[in-house]
Amino acid sequence: MEKDVVLETKDLVKEYRLGQIDTGTLRGDLQSFFARLFKKDDPNIPLIADQYYDVKHKTHRALDGVSISIKRGEAIGLIGANGAGKSTLLKLISRITLPTEGSLSYRGKVASLLEVGTGFNGELTGRENIYMNGAILGMTKAQIEERIEQIIAFSEIGEYIDTPVKRYSSGMFVKLAFAVAAHLDADILLMDEILAVGDVKFQDKSLRRMEEVANEEHKTVIYVSHNMTTIRRFCSRCIVLEEGKVVYDGEVEEAIEVYTRRKKLHYSTQNDVSEAPRRYCPNRLMRKVSFTECNLPAQTDCVVRDLNNLHLQFKLIAKEPIENARLKVTFRDSLEQPVASSVSPPLNVSEGESTVDVFADIAAMKQGSYTVGAALMQVSSFDIFSNYDNVEQMCFIDINPDDSGLLWAVRTWGKIALPPLRIGGERLE
Amino acid sequence: MSALSKQAEQITTVTPRKKRFELNFSETLRYRDLIWLFVTTGFKTRYKQMLLGPLWAVIQPLLTTVVFTVVFGNIAGLPTDGAPKFMFYMCGNVLWTYFSSCLTGAADSFRSNAYLFSKVYFPRLVAPLSNVIGNMINSGIQFVIFLGFLLYYIFSGGIAPEYAYLWLVPLLVIQATLLATGIGLVLASVTIKYRDLKMLITFGVQLWLYATPIAYSSALVKEKIPSLYNLYMLNPMASICEAMRKVFLGTGNFSVKYLLISLAISVLFFLLGVAAFNRAEKTFADKI
Repeated sequence: MEKDVVLETKDLVKEYRLGQIDTGTLRGDLQSFFARLFKKDDPNIPLIADQYYDVKHKTHRALDGVSISIKRGEAIGLIGANGAGKSTLLKLISRITLPTEGSLSYRGKVASLLEVGTGFNGELTGRENIYMNGAILGMTKAQIEERIEQIIAFSEIGEYIDTPVKRYSSGMFVKLAFAVAAHLDADILLMDEILAVGDVKFQDKSLRRMEEVANEEHKTVIYVSHNMTTIRRFCSRCIVLEEGKVVYDGEVEEAIEVYTRRKKLHYSTQNDVSEAPRRYCPNRLMRKVSFTECNLPAQTDCVVRDLNNLHLQFKLIAKEPIENARLKVTFRDSLEQPVASSVSPPLNVSEGESTVDVFADIAAMKQGSYTVGAALMQVSSFDIFSNYDNVEQMCFIDINPDDSGLLWAVRTWGKIALPPLRIGGERLE
Repeated sequence: MSALSKQAEQITTVTPRKKRFELNFSETLRYRDLIWLFVTTGFKTRYKQMLLGPLWAVIQPLLTTVVFTVVFGNIAGLPTDGAPKFMFYMCGNVLWTYFSSCLTGAADSFRSNAYLFSKVYFPRLVAPLSNVIGNMINSGIQFVIFLGFLLYYIFSGGIAPEYAYLWLVPLLVIQATLLATGIGLVLASVTIKYRDLKMLITFGVQLWLYATPIAYSSALVKEKIPSLYNLYMLNPMASICEAMRKVFLGTGNFSVKYLLISLAISVLFFLLGVAAFNRAEKTFADKI
């Protein structure tokens, strides 16, 4: 390792096994073991799994040969789509989990701000929690004492510092947590979009503090964000990850350009989603039905022209017929924040493969790139829903600016246009 | 500041593999402030908003001892090797409380810190270590009470301890610690995968109590079921308990042979525990 290099990774690989690895109970595992022994059907293997993803042997490389080298005092921006491996890389650097292959070395101490407020104990006072949190993040008592006044001042908690944090408001909680994290004595600081805490004023203060850490205290900062504005403001170099690989490493503007262009490459009107990451699916329901495809049959590219009639086609495979399910389509913006959703009336899904065609009216949504996600939900008689399957990222759509009427300023007006204002006392029935 | 700059120069390398029996004590030692905070926080949260607070540490073993004395000593009329009943049971209870809380605490070290472990890195050893220290303090208080009673009995002539063997006591405590921590760590690693085994721990510890001469004397086993006595003494806690009674109360059938076997088993379990812990630690964050 060269002298001014503080962090170096060599061919870093992190592999995860897909699906449920075992049943989680000794009884279940024994059951599966005997079923295999006597060549019977294993009662614990989901049916769709053996057809669409072989649970036993499938692995997913969250990181696939990442080699980077970071010098002291650099502020690195780490960008990439969801699932590109950014968080996994931070997890490896912060030693929460070990790599599958390759190695990484660093000089000095790494502190991770992955989750602000980690290890806060509600029973302890703010002051006690500062000591606790500092110690968890690797500081000694003496080091914390040295800067505790600074931390308290930064947190704006004031006289409440000796009150148990369980009585804090969530804003106070987050401010205190960030204050501790921002005053850590570490050579390398890892941050995962933590700057989005507190009110706008505090966010700005946090950002300035991080600039100070990088520029004046000459610490190395690795910052993961979807927010290109903070990346631009804060980073001196950018690394773009895609499917676990480094696709660009260098100048910030260039990196953002590469990232946006790469994202466009994935735009397709036909998308196989059988292996896409799933979220919030209790296993019991997930075994019944699963999305396999999401298509835009009416279009040749991903630019939506007829906003009133966005034609979406979903292909599903079901183990058994499902009645009264509801299909929910959610649109997310480039920061992965949900913008709008639309829910279908109750529908039935037949056994085996089937196709569901839906039309969405997205005329209210304004220009930009959106991710389309879908969930098939079971709604109980108490109006509580649970997901059969939920894929947050199925395909991308683009909405071009509307050239008739007012120019809509998305950044300041928002992404949704509500119906026009009605003047006077006219009321809707 | 010199310590700081020295730290800054230190290079850490992370690779997929980890040595099986590695215990990174030097790194853990750097986190001693954290260990201490874990210990004090444990006490603070345990006794906060409680009527009697830390008094519970004293009340619990005293009450158990009284119950044992009445039930096993007076009602069942079990012999206590000639030692005063109350002291016989108290000696066993203090030891058992320490052992069982060390064991269950270590067994819980992954589960109770799951959130923390999946978010930040610090030497995972901090968790079982602070558990042992916390229990040592807790049982230390109980031990002082025990010593108070012991002094009373010594002066009133009821008990004659084996003063020559007093040096054995810290070693016995260490042995019990190794055994409890070792088994606890094995269980901690297994319960990550099989959560239902957690039920077994509480239950198992309870059963183990009956397989250990706490509520009765091992001489009774020798007398009633001599054929199983050898097997019975393989329980490492049996020898530790008998040795403790020998030192403090001057009674009981203490045997060096069984104590050595017990020591070997304890060390074995400890190594097993460390290996299991290291193995589990590697992939823990991916599994929960």
